[in-house]
Amino acid sequence: MNGVVLRLKRSGQLPVAAAALCTLALLLVGSLYSSNFLSADYLLLQLQIASFLGIVATGAMLVILLGGIDLSVPWLVTVGGVMSAASAGWWGDAGATFAIPFGIACGALFGVVNGIGVAYLRVPSMIFTLGINAVAQGLIVVQTGGFAPQDRATPTMHLIATGRSLLGLPNALLVWIVVGAAAMFLLHRTALGRSIYAVGNRERAAYLSGIDTRRVTLLCFVIAGACSAAAGVLLTGYSTKAYQAMGDAYLLPAIAAVVLGGTHILGGRGSYLGTVVGVILITLLQSILSVMQIPEMGRQVIYGVVIIVMLLVYGRGRRMSE
Amino acid sequence: MNERLRYHLRAHRGAYGAVIMFIVIFALYIAKHTMGWTVPVLTTATNKGVLLAIVAMAQTLPVLTSGIDLSVGMVFVLANCLASHLVVGTPLQATLGVVVVLAVGALCGLVNGLIIVVGRLQPIITTLATGTVYFGLALGLRPVPGGDVQSDLADALTGAQLGGVPSMLLVLVAVVLAVWVPYRRSTIGRAALAIGSAEAAAYMSGVPIGRAKIVTYTLAGLLAAIGGLLLTFVTYSGEASSAIGGTYTLNSIAAVVIGGTSLAGGAGSAIGSVFGALVLRTIGDLLFVFDLEPLWQPLFQGVILLVAVSLGALQLLKVSNRLELFK
Amino acid sequence: MLAAAAPNAAAACSFCDPSVQPILELIDVSKRYGGVRALEHARFACASGRIHALLGENGAGKSTLIKIMAGVVQPDEGRIVLQGQERRFLHPQDAVNAGIACIFQELSLMPDLSVADNICITNPPRRFGLIDQRAQRRIAEAALARAGAEGIHPLAPVGSLSLSRRQMVEIAKALAREPKILILDEATSALTAADVQRVFALLKRLRNEGLAIVYISHRMHEIAELADDCSVFRNGQHVATFEAGTRSDAETVQMMIGREISHAFPPKTPAMDQAPAATSAAAAPPRLEVRALSWNDRLHDISLSAREGEVVGIGGLDGQGQREFFFALFGVLRGVSGEIRVDGQAVKPASPRAAKRAGSGIALVPEDRKTDGLMLPMAVRENLSLAALDALCRGGVIDRARESQAADRVVKQLSIKAPDLDDAVGTLSGGNQQKVVIAKWLLNAPRIILLSDPTRGIDVGTKQEMYALLRQLAAAGTTVLLYSTDYAELIGCCDRVAVFFDGRIVRWLQGDQLTEHALVSSALNIEVAA
Repeated sequence: MNGVVLRLKRSGQLPVAAAALCTLALLLVGSLYSSNFLSADYLLLQLQIASFLGIVATGAMLVILLGGIDLSVPWLVTVGGVMSAASAGWWGDAGATFAIPFGIACGALFGVVNGIGVAYLRVPSMIFTLGINAVAQGLIVVQTGGFAPQDRATPTMHLIATGRSLLGLPNALLVWIVVGAAAMFLLHRTALGRSIYAVGNRERAAYLSGIDTRRVTLLCFVIAGACSAAAGVLLTGYSTKAYQAMGDAYLLPAIAAVVLGGTHILGGRGSYLGTVVGVILITLLQSILSVMQIPEMGRQVIYGVVIIVMLLVYGRGRRMSE
Repeated sequence: MNERLRYHLRAHRGAYGAVIMFIVIFALYIAKHTMGWTVPVLTTATNKGVLLAIVAMAQTLPVLTSGIDLSVGMVFVLANCLASHLVVGTPLQATLGVVVVLAVGALCGLVNGLIIVVGRLQPIITTLATGTVYFGLALGLRPVPGGDVQSDLADALTGAQLGGVPSMLLVLVAVVLAVWVPYRRSTIGRAALAIGSAEAAAYMSGVPIGRAKIVTYTLAGLLAAIGGLLLTFVTYSGEASSAIGGTYTLNSIAAVVIGGTSLAGGAGSAIGSVFGALVLRTIGDLLFVFDLEPLWQPLFQGVILLVAVSLGALQLLKVSNRLELFK
Repeated sequence: MLAAAAPNAAAACSFCDPSVQPILELIDVSKRYGGVRALEHARFACASGRIHALLGENGAGKSTLIKIMAGVVQPDEGRIVLQGQERRFLHPQDAVNAGIACIFQELSLMPDLSVADNICITNPPRRFGLIDQRAQRRIAEAALARAGAEGIHPLAPVGSLSLSRRQMVEIAKALAREPKILILDEATSALTAADVQRVFALLKRLRNEGLAIVYISHRMHEIAELADDCSVFRNGQHVATFEAGTRSDAETVQMMIGREISHAFPPKTPAMDQAPAATSAAAAPPRLEVRALSWNDRLHDISLSAREGEVVGIGGLDGQGQREFFFALFGVLRGVSGEIRVDGQAVKPASPRAAKRAGSGIALVPEDRKTDGLMLPMAVRENLSLAALDALCRGGVIDRARESQAADRVVKQLSIKAPDLDDAVGTLSGGNQQKVVIAKWLLNAPRIILLSDPTRGIDVGTKQEMYALLRQLAAAGTTVLLYSTDYAELIGCCDRVAVFFDGRIVRWLQGDQLTEHALVSSALNIEVAA
């Protein structure tokens, strides 16, 4: 047993394995409560819900790998949802076709501003994305209050968010799989991915090795912005309506999922597979807590405690004397 | 003496910048306000501003150690809900209630500190998780808004004393003198700055890193609880709102940055953060007083926040060795 | 007067006078880091009133020994005996309280705090429970005076001081603790020549006052000047302790590396000694030509030209603009005026990325490999390919096969000892890490390679390999610019040396003129006798 643990530790996959183990444990606990828990229907539903968080977490992971953090997730999700719904209202049929790309593009545009602020103006990402979050909120308030755009989802959006096609798998899950596969490819097989790890490890050394660290940072924030907006588009499709504060419930879980999946919060280390497991873990945890009909208070407390306990198991830093 | 002043100014130029910013903005506000420099106006302004100022002070301490505390807003809310239960009845009961509320806040901070030091987890994710727990506890105390508070005490604190000085302002000054000044001048406070400046060097120098961090986070919890307690006196009730908690946490970070403290730690002052918080609060009021349409206010506030934190980028123009941009 | 005992003697110490009790003894000390044995049954002893030098290659265990003495690290086995009493230091503060002060290679100063705050960082004078600023300032001034650094203002933030000044503050800080034992780990590496002399005088004064001083340095001439006793370590074990001067340099080096070194430097190319006009290569433009290069206040009107296959040395005292010159060539600096030409083409690199591109082909091996040259947690293979990603990619996707091939090739070329290229580069020894940094740039086939003090803190064996490598690169046609603070290196490796002073090249030295005397005088901007 010890040998397996040691090998996992050395390959850096211990957090992934630990998180996967906890996921299984959660499934077992859930099944004790209700036999429904292990049914294919229920599990597919969980994966569908997890897809929204998964797409947000993809973008969040890239930024965290760089050594930064994106606190503009809440309102960029809303931007994605509101703008995609609005475009259908503005431009009629043409708008409906372009609703989805338009919504994502709006998020990407905010991502560009994030990237400029962090990479070129060298403002710490925590505070700059915070500011962008506030600006995004302000713009949405002006837009919805002043112009009262359409807030209904287009049929396509609804189909993607709720429908099932290939092999009976939810479309949303398919979207996540595509996004995730692209992210994994990016991180592990491309020069950009290698540069992201390098910058996250030590931006100075990456710069002196001839990497355009600013462009790498900018690209990550653009992708993160697009991911947040994409999740907003899907959410709007799912609930057929866009509404303010759509994204508030996604920031904490996304960061928690990324960290529980083994990505180091200070950057430079982590695998996408871990993030996938982390997302599923968080989603299952939230589901179990609601199925058990634990009051909101208990849910919050258990949620926080579980994250701490899991991190204490496999996410601890090294002693100062080492 | 001259050189001591020179070094002092250079070390604290961020904080002094925030003071100047505040004076300018507040002057504009008072000038435009229909009632101007009167006791009611000042009292209302301080009642709102001091709350954020104290939470910003709470945030400053962990930031100085190059950490962060994302649970300050939730401890703030928890203290508020607890106070709405306990700070009632006779003066003796109310005083006891105050002590308990502050102790709970310090305990929350202590838990944060222990997990970070003994558990060796990163502050950002630790306080993110503990914040959820503290909010859950707050929800347990006040599932729906309600409660009460000792009315005499509340009236006194939200009013004015000594011929026009808002009581909240006196409380703020008292907190600064009782908590920040001793901390800053003590060995532990300096140890915190050492940790933020260069933790490895601090360890090699024999600085008690664990103890300093634990004390720092505990004091942060205590300060956040003081803020929550004061909130109860202002609103006469307790409410477990994650929106309020989240807003206070994020605004406290903005206040710290505007107040001239670097998020990287090692240098800065809670007094700067206090003025940073007052700047933030006054900007909101300023937009109102200039008859800006309510619809546009959130946008303006967001843009101003963004500009304020990006001001530091102007220094980049002076940099001629690009390596200085990286760490 | 002969050395008292043979190496590996059973006795704990081997001084001339066996009746002298050592003040500090480490007996049978072992320390393991993961699978690496840093120290194995090591023994060490030092006496009051003597300067004891510690010698050994990187990885020999000297730093670990020091860290154990200073309480930064705990030994797995063994005992520490201080003044006859067995002690355990669980924390650096324990060692300080016991009278042991240590000055490390990595400074233990906090840049944002003032000099006085740093000097009195632990146990400051107190009044009513709070720090007494005025008393603290007095203590700091006294410590600075004792260290011979009165010019440093106690309220200045340490980060605003130059590296040399900071090292002096570090020394003052150690002295303020009134130690009985003072340990210096490469403490003079960052000092200006004047400060080095001051520190030497200080150490001799302290020794005469009765302090025990332990001194680690890679510079043999320093050891010759300072040491009373010497101890040699190799592979984590104690090899010998002897009185200074009783062994020759060759013998000492032999003990350190365990094998003979026949010659220090590979032979130079004779053609390079002649003036460029004499060779047929004069028709082609020089590989690197710099004209009137200036920057800020730090570089003034620098002109230089270097040919293909030439090794040009950059000398002079520390901090005369040499690093900035390299940065200017590499595109790191903004606002550089003047002309840079590579193979006749004018280039104006705006960033390292532009500098390394095929058009210019400039590579820079920075001084500090841990912060500027490598990503320690990333794999060796990934570090190796970092500067050449564009070449190893097709449409942005990394060609794994090509990457492996290139990595294997360069690892072989430089004899990098790395058991598994997927291991983190942080697990390699210092010398091998430095080789990885150089190897990283070789993948790009640079036309010009700038090396900034590449052998600092590297053991003798690896240094040899690097000198041979530099000659190989030059023979293959690369232009090498070598900045070094080691005179022997400049004389032994370089065809010509440009001596910097105050941001200008004050003298060119080559052939017979290239002597240590000439280097030193030019560095101090003194007229050299013909």
